Amino acid sequence: MSRFRPPPWFVLLLPAIIILSAVVLIPLLLSLYSSFTPYRLTRPETLYKWIGTYNYEKAIESAHFWAAFGRTILLLTIALNLEMLMGLGLALLVNKVTYGQRTLRTVMMFPMMFSPILVGFQFKFIFNDNVGLVNNALQSLGLSNVAIPWLVDGQLAFFSILVAEMWSSTSVFAILILAGLFAVPRDPIEAAKVDGCTPWQSFRHITLPYIMPFIYIALAIRSLDVARAYDIVQIMTNGGPARRTELLWTLIGRTGYVDAKMGYANAMGYISIFLAIFFTIYFFRKLNAARSELGMAG
Amino acid sequence: MNENLQYRIRARLLKVLHFVTLFIAMAIICVPGLWVVLNSFRPTVEIMAKPPVWVPGDLNLDNYRAMFGAVGEGGVPVLQYFTNSLIISVTSTLIAILVGMAGGYAFARFRFKGKASIFIGLMLTRAVPGVSLSLPLFIVMAKTGLIDTHMGLILVYVALNVPFTIWLIDGFFRQVPVELAEAAEIDGCTRWQAFWKVEFPVARAGVASAGIFAFLTSWNEYALASQLTRSTFSKTMPVGLRDFTSEFTINWGGMCALAVLMIIPALILTFLVQKHLIAGLTFGGVKG
Repeated sequence: MSRFRPPPWFVLLLPAIIILSAVVLIPLLLSLYSSFTPYRLTRPETLYKWIGTYNYEKAIESAHFWAAFGRTILLLTIALNLEMLMGLGLALLVNKVTYGQRTLRTVMMFPMMFSPILVGFQFKFIFNDNVGLVNNALQSLGLSNVAIPWLVDGQLAFFSILVAEMWSSTSVFAILILAGLFAVPRDPIEAAKVDGCTPWQSFRHITLPYIMPFIYIALAIRSLDVARAYDIVQIMTNGGPARRTELLWTLIGRTGYVDAKMGYANAMGYISIFLAIFFTIYFFRKLNAARSELGMAG
Repeated sequence: MNENLQYRIRARLLKVLHFVTLFIAMAIICVPGLWVVLNSFRPTVEIMAKPPVWVPGDLNLDNYRAMFGAVGEGGVPVLQYFTNSLIISVTSTLIAILVGMAGGYAFARFRFKGKASIFIGLMLTRAVPGVSLSLPLFIVMAKTGLIDTHMGLILVYVALNVPFTIWLIDGFFRQVPVELAEAAEIDGCTRWQAFWKVEFPVARAGVASAGIFAFLTSWNEYALASQLTRSTFSKTMPVGLRDFTSEFTINWGGMCALAVLMIIPALILTFLVQKHLIAGLTFGGVKG
């Protein structure tokens, strides 16, 4: 055989590589190029005009952009941390249950089936200041006699979005951490009990290290699609009122499709892509570190 | 004696506390979803009533009737959306599974240079936010005429699902001992036969759960679909939800009915596969 034959692993990976290049890589290269042009959807000829890093400079100088950037990071940090803590709490609660645990586990997965856009509409409805469930409940119970403008006030809107986001994603953490709890060996915990450890000590020094890889898996999986929050925010407030809940993604979507400034939107898109990649690589590294600590790497 | 009693009281208290916390947590998880289901059976007038009607007085199937009657309020062609969603999700899932199986097998069974970086590279394509991707995709699809077609969205969803499918399936194939396939090959199977007759049946549950994950992603995806579909011929249900909103009002009842229609298939599939799903995610991640 003198002909070159590609190794089998390459042949097997080829379909995946082809489709990912066609749908992700090539469009991204195009958007990289167009981020250096003043491309507008309504005027196709602008695609061929090179303006250098003007769009990036414009984004960096824009206060709206930085506000959205900061708010995105703030939302992600708060949401991911709280989801992790609440997921851990929920998993510990369910893990203690001995009777009917299967049913509880199934109930726990309920929010995972909701499309993010559905979560958006659902919470837009629940937090509606006039007919929403929350205000109705507060008023009926006499806790408040005014309609609280959940989605109109900037800070309350941010809070409402956070609640919606946490509702939809906490169960991912809970399910994965619960799977981790099942894998924790019994012996060291019993040994610790005999040696006089308090429940907190044995949790902190035995259980937690064991479930750490599972927490990082959950974080890695979540970091792969944190941008799902876009659907929720777009429906609930669409960045409003007056940009007070504007996230990077809603800003990009509006600039690209409503204002039709594709070049500028793509430049901001690139910044958001690097943000996502940074988060993902960070959690994958943590995952690898946690794995090797348990001797499971390789 | 006193110490004993104290201990018992404390244990009892902790138990009650545990139960109460668990109950509250589960209620928070369930109520928003059940609220949607309940409202799908109520007329919009009652949903919007002020002061609120807490005990539903008028439960009926009007919203569903309007939805399937094709000429319902606002004339939202729900059945067409349902078909679109079904065609797009099922086709893209099948393709993603085939591509993912090839890729996952490559990662599980072969050693090669740059394996870890290729793997991370594939994963990173999934991390690209939908909005950022939708802008260039919109341009490419508009140029190639794939916009507003089933084909276009299917391609996009295959690409969206492949990285994760590879990750899951890789984890499952790793659990199948190499010796099994080797033994089959010694017995005279070709590598191809060994795969389909020995390795695939063992990892089948894992492949199924990866498939359901892919299906749910396509079924629920909104950010890309909202930009790449324009007409009733290709709109999926998540995009169709927006048809119930007009500039100043939202038809909550109708929307809740469509929401229930969206959740039911997802619900059934998730329950069927939940055990494998958890195992797949954790094995793939921890031992991978």
